[in-house]
Amino acid sequence: MATVNRRILPGFLPGMSYTLTYLTILVLVPLGACFFKAMTLSWDQFWGAVWTPRAQAAYALTFGASLAAAVLSTVFGLVVAWVLVRYQFPGKRLFDSLIDLPFALPTAVAGLVYRSLYVKNGWLGQFLVPLGIELALTRSGIVWVLTFLGIPFIVRTVQPVLEALESDQEEAAASLGANRFQTVCRVILPNLYPAIVTGFALAFARCLGEYGSVVFIAGNKQFDTEIAPILIVNRLEETEYGEAAAIAIVLLVMSFAMLIVINWLERWSRRNEH
Amino acid sequence: MAKYLFLSLATVAALATLTLTGCGKKSGNEILNVSYDPTRELYKEINEKFAAKYEKEKGVKLEINVSHGASGSQARSVIDGLKADIVTLALPSDTDSIRLKGNDLLAEGWEKRLPNDSLPYHSTIVFVVRKGNPKNIKDWDDLVKGDVKIITPNPKTSGNGKLSFLAAWGYVITNGKSEDEAKAFVKDLYERVPVLDTGARGSTVSFAKNEIGDVHLSWENEAYYQVKEFEGKQEVVYPSTSIMAEPKVAWVDKVVEKKGTKEIAEAYLRYLYTDEGQEIIAKNFYRPYNEAILKKAEWAKPIKLFKITAIAQGWDDASKKFFAEGGVFDQIYQKPAGK
Repeated sequence: MATVNRRILPGFLPGMSYTLTYLTILVLVPLGACFFKAMTLSWDQFWGAVWTPRAQAAYALTFGASLAAAVLSTVFGLVVAWVLVRYQFPGKRLFDSLIDLPFALPTAVAGLVYRSLYVKNGWLGQFLVPLGIELALTRSGIVWVLTFLGIPFIVRTVQPVLEALESDQEEAAASLGANRFQTVCRVILPNLYPAIVTGFALAFARCLGEYGSVVFIAGNKQFDTEIAPILIVNRLEETEYGEAAAIAIVLLVMSFAMLIVINWLERWSRRNEH
Repeated sequence: MAKYLFLSLATVAALATLTLTGCGKKSGNEILNVSYDPTRELYKEINEKFAAKYEKEKGVKLEINVSHGASGSQARSVIDGLKADIVTLALPSDTDSIRLKGNDLLAEGWEKRLPNDSLPYHSTIVFVVRKGNPKNIKDWDDLVKGDVKIITPNPKTSGNGKLSFLAAWGYVITNGKSEDEAKAFVKDLYERVPVLDTGARGSTVSFAKNEIGDVHLSWENEAYYQVKEFEGKQEVVYPSTSIMAEPKVAWVDKVVEKKGTKEIAEAYLRYLYTDEGQEIIAKNFYRPYNEAILKKAEWAKPIKLFKITAIAQGWDDASKKFFAEGGVFDQIYQKPAGK
C-alpha cells in the first residue's frame, strides 16, 4: 500500500517542487514573455531591429567593456584576496567587509559618485583630466565602474581556496629548489585556476547586465558610449516593445553562449587540476 | 509527476493570495498626475493650493500624487497600466501616444475639451551659460563655434531633448535655409554634446552640479530654477528665436471612469486656467495663457517663438520624422568614420 521511499535524504518531493515552481515563476516565465514579445515581429523586422550598426556597436561595447572589466577585476581581486589571506594588519576585518559593499550598494549610486569624482572639476578629475585620463562619460569610465562591480566576485571565490591552501606545499616547492616566482606560477596559481575562472565568469556575467551605474558614468551616445542595456531602454522609451525584446534576446543568447563556454572552461580547468 | 504538479500549483496559489491581499486600498479622493521631469516645483504648489480650495468648497479632502520622469517614459508607463487620472506631459505627441497605443485610454479629440486647446501654459527652450558668459554665446550660431560643449538630454527619451533638437532645426529653417543645411547644423551641434542624459533634471545636474559643458539647452522654467538653485553661477541667455513648446494637459478617460474621479480631475485641470492657477504658473516660470498675467511676469523676456507647424505637419509628424528609429536624429548620429 505505502510506497517505499527509496531516497536516503528526505524532503526530495517538496524541495524539488519548490525549486521547479520558483525557477518557473522567477526565471522561465519572464524569459518566455520576452521571447513571446519578440515573436510579434516578422523575421525581417527582427533582423532589422537587432542588427543595425547602432546595435552592433552597442553589443561590441557591452561585451568588450565587460571582458576588460572582468580581466581587471581578476587582477585586482587576486591581489586583494592574497593580501587578505596571507597578511595580518590592523583593520583587516573592516577591510574584509568593505569588499562586499559593491554587492549591496545600489549601482546607480556608484555610477553617480564615480561620475562626480571623475568629471573635470571633481575631486579626482581635476588632477586626472589635465593628464588626459578621462574616466567620466567615456568608454574607459564604463570599464572602470564595471571593475568596481566585478572585484568582490573574484575575491570571494578565490579567498576560501587560498585559505585552504596549506603553506607546506610552498615550503616543499622551496626546499626542492623553486624560487618565489616559480612557486607562485607552478604551485599556487594552478590550485587557484578553477576559482579564478568561476570568479571571472561571475564578474563577467554581472557586468554584461549592468545598467544602473553605466547610465550615469557613460555619455550614452550612439556608437560611442551606448551599451546594449541602455539601447534596450531607449527602444522601450520609443514604445517599440517588440524591437526592445528582440535586442534583449540577442543579448540573452550571446550571454548564455558565453556562460556555457566559461562553464566548460571551468570544468576543463578542474579536470586538469591534478 | 502529478504530485509535483499539484505542489507547484499549490505554491502558485499561495503566492497569488499573498500578492493580492497586498493591494486592496481604494478611494475616490485620490488622484495621480503623471507629469514630465522639471514640473516638480510647479505641481507641488498647484496641488497644495488646489487641495485647500477644493476642501473649502466641497468639503472633500483630496490626496493628490504626482509622478515625474522623462516625458516619453511617463507616457509609456501610462500605456502600460499606470493608473494616471491626469497626464501633463511635455509634448502633445507623448500624450497622443497614449490615445494611439493605449487602447482607448484617452478619448479622441482630447485636445478640444479644455480652453486654449488644452494648453494652460506654454514654454520654450533657452540657453543657460556660465556666469559672465565666457564663451560669448548669444544665439544658435554661437553654439557651433570654437570648442563650445553643449549639454542637453537625449531626444529619444526626453521632452526637453526633443524640443532642443526641434528648436535648433527650426532656427535654421525659419531663417529661410534648406533642410540639408539644418541637418548639417544639428549634426555639428550634437557632436558637441558629451553626454545625453535621459531627462531634463539629469542634464541640469550634469551642467550645474558636475559643471560639464559651456551651455545648457534647457526648458525656460528649468533655466530659471537652475539659476536660482545654483545662485550666481549661471545666467540665462535668450536666443533670437526658439520653439513654442506646448505641454498640453488631459484627464485619462478610462482611468477616471473606473476610479470615479472624473469630476476631481477636470476641476484640477480647470483650476490651472483660473487667475490663481495662472499666477502660480507664472511664478514658477511657465508662460501662462492669460495674456494679462503673462505681461506681469518680468522674467518672461520677449522672444520669437515658432510653432511646430513651421517645421512639420504637427507634433505627431515631427516625432515620427525626427525621432523614430532611422529618423533624422539617427541619421545625424551615423557611425563616425574610422571608429
